[in-house]
Amino acid sequence: MEYFLELFLGGLTRGSIYALIALGYTMVYGIIELINFAHGEIYMIGAFTGLIVAGLLTMYGFPGISILAIALICAIIWSAAYGFTIEKVAYKPLRGAPRLSPLISAIGMSIFLQNYVMLAQTSDFLPFPELVPEFEFMKGAGSIMSSSELVIIAMTVLSCIGLTLFIKFTKLGKAMRATAQNRKMAMLVGINVDMVISATFVIGSSLAAVGGVLIASHIGQINYYIGFIAGIKAFTAAVLGGIGSIPGAMLGALVLGLTEAFATGYVSSDYEDVFAFCLLVLILIFRPSGIMGKEKTQKV
Amino acid sequence: MRIKLTLIALCFAMVAMLAGCGEPQEKKLVLGVAGAHSGDLASYGLPSVNAAKLVAAKINAAGGVNGMMVEVVAQDDQCKPELATNAATKMVSDDVKIVLGHICSGATKSALPIYLDGKIVVMSPSATNPPLTQSGEYPNFFRTIAPDDAQALLEVEFAKKLGLTKIAVIHDKGDYGKGFASFCKQFIEADPAVEVVLFEGVTPGAVDYSAVVQKIKGSGADGVIFGGYHPEASKIVTGMRKKDLVIPFLSDDGVKDDTFIKVAGKYAEGVYATGPKDLSSLPMNQEAVKAHKDEYGEDPGPFFSQAYAAAQALLAAVEAADSTDYDKVVDALHNNYVETAVGKIKFDSKGDAEGVGFSVYQVKDGKYTEVK
Repeated sequence: MEYFLELFLGGLTRGSIYALIALGYTMVYGIIELINFAHGEIYMIGAFTGLIVAGLLTMYGFPGISILAIALICAIIWSAAYGFTIEKVAYKPLRGAPRLSPLISAIGMSIFLQNYVMLAQTSDFLPFPELVPEFEFMKGAGSIMSSSELVIIAMTVLSCIGLTLFIKFTKLGKAMRATAQNRKMAMLVGINVDMVISATFVIGSSLAAVGGVLIASHIGQINYYIGFIAGIKAFTAAVLGGIGSIPGAMLGALVLGLTEAFATGYVSSDYEDVFAFCLLVLILIFRPSGIMGKEKTQKV
Repeated sequence: MRIKLTLIALCFAMVAMLAGCGEPQEKKLVLGVAGAHSGDLASYGLPSVNAAKLVAAKINAAGGVNGMMVEVVAQDDQCKPELATNAATKMVSDDVKIVLGHICSGATKSALPIYLDGKIVVMSPSATNPPLTQSGEYPNFFRTIAPDDAQALLEVEFAKKLGLTKIAVIHDKGDYGKGFASFCKQFIEADPAVEVVLFEGVTPGAVDYSAVVQKIKGSGADGVIFGGYHPEASKIVTGMRKKDLVIPFLSDDGVKDDTFIKVAGKYAEGVYATGPKDLSSLPMNQEAVKAHKDEYGEDPGPFFSQAYAAAQALLAAVEAADSTDYDKVVDALHNNYVETAVGKIKFDSKGDAEGVGFSVYQVKDGKYTEVK
């Protein structure tokens, strides 16, 4: 039973990280039907920003928990700036173009950002400081769950609740929903669609930055390539849950994280990806729009 | 057209030159050096040419081998099997009796049958693929570097010395990591006193390895052997230590790297890793490196010491056999100890050098220290 619990918690942590990144994919897709392949790189840039800021603050002797807070805020601001700029540079000029063009542009952006960070920083693996302090009460339970895992899960839950409330009750959230339903109509009733799209990118990038800093602090190392695999997995989670749907992305991420954890625990880690992607294929066969996606007739 | 003619003329000129080389001459011992001397792997092959030339110069200065002057003749194979057979055929037709090379395992494997037919002794400084010697097909093949499985054997022996009985073997699914882990598994299974409780591959680059760490814990292992490189190793060690799983962690020379200590930080303390023996304290090796610096003005490249040792061993065997007769040279290699740049070595019945190999290192105070 303890083994099951440990695997469950491990899967939950992994799923939480996927969820933080997947939300960005799903929101962008929901609004402009574009798969933003550069999103994984935003996560990576968030982690690098966290590293640089944490390094500076440690040098000036800030206390532990404030480093985490300031690093998170800086990473959010910096990643949001990147998300905003990417949209303006790579996607906005292509808004009227066939759907394939922005997709290719996204892949190009992703490769560009990877190489840019590789050249600007280094291609080596870098150590990442542990920003989450060990909790006193976790000492005994440490063998089951570490404090950083707890923080990751808590932050994800908070972010999800916050995002849901934001979209449900604020004016901007309403505008986002309207734009997602029908962009032209939203424009006609006076919604500034460009602003809404930018806001979507900024929110999605902020969440990815939180994920980047927390996971880097949890596993203790980063390099320029971490965004690729995390991005692919989060994208899978978004598709699994039904791309375009926010609760879908969270559910998909948790299902994916738990599937991987249990496949590793009860079968073999050799088959981790096999099970994850078999699950994806099965769900797409029986529910082509994902677990919580809505059926929509579309001309392709 | 003119270019073509020039080329043809050049070819003739070259053939004529080579023919000149082939003339039988008394008082000369040709040491063939084969390997990648051009192409993208040349950096592995060229140090062996330099090593052979340095050894030859040193021995010639002392009067040669049994009165014969040593001459180094290089053949390029670019580490490509198809070019390696050409190089080997050339050596056979030139009546070369001893060959230093080849560099890559694949090229060595394709060239060996030709040398065997021509009764030529071959010694590689860098081909580590285990079957080259262990298959027993090539009694003419020797090497001055330890094969890949020697590291795994040392690792398992060391694990036993630490008193481990239940070992989890983890690898990164890659050729190098999985190969190493499979050898470890094989050696552990050969001994009934120890067992493999877990044998699994992890996906390089995965977001975290907590599930694998829990699995190691659940398996009741009292030690972990990891085959692969340092990014995965540091993630697994960090995960283990954070989950209060403080059991010995052993790994290979892909982890015996300072980056591992830098990345894993305090969690790296106490980690064991095998790596090539430190040669820098050997006087003969110091002398070889110094000779290289004096002659070429820079530090020698990879496998230089192994190549230097191979040239020394081959020439010493010819001297001991008092001829270049195949059987006598092979006997000498198997039976006589020689002082070389990689230490005092002789060759076992399969052709692997005894006395070269790996050491176990442990991270102590942020540094790899050899475990005596």
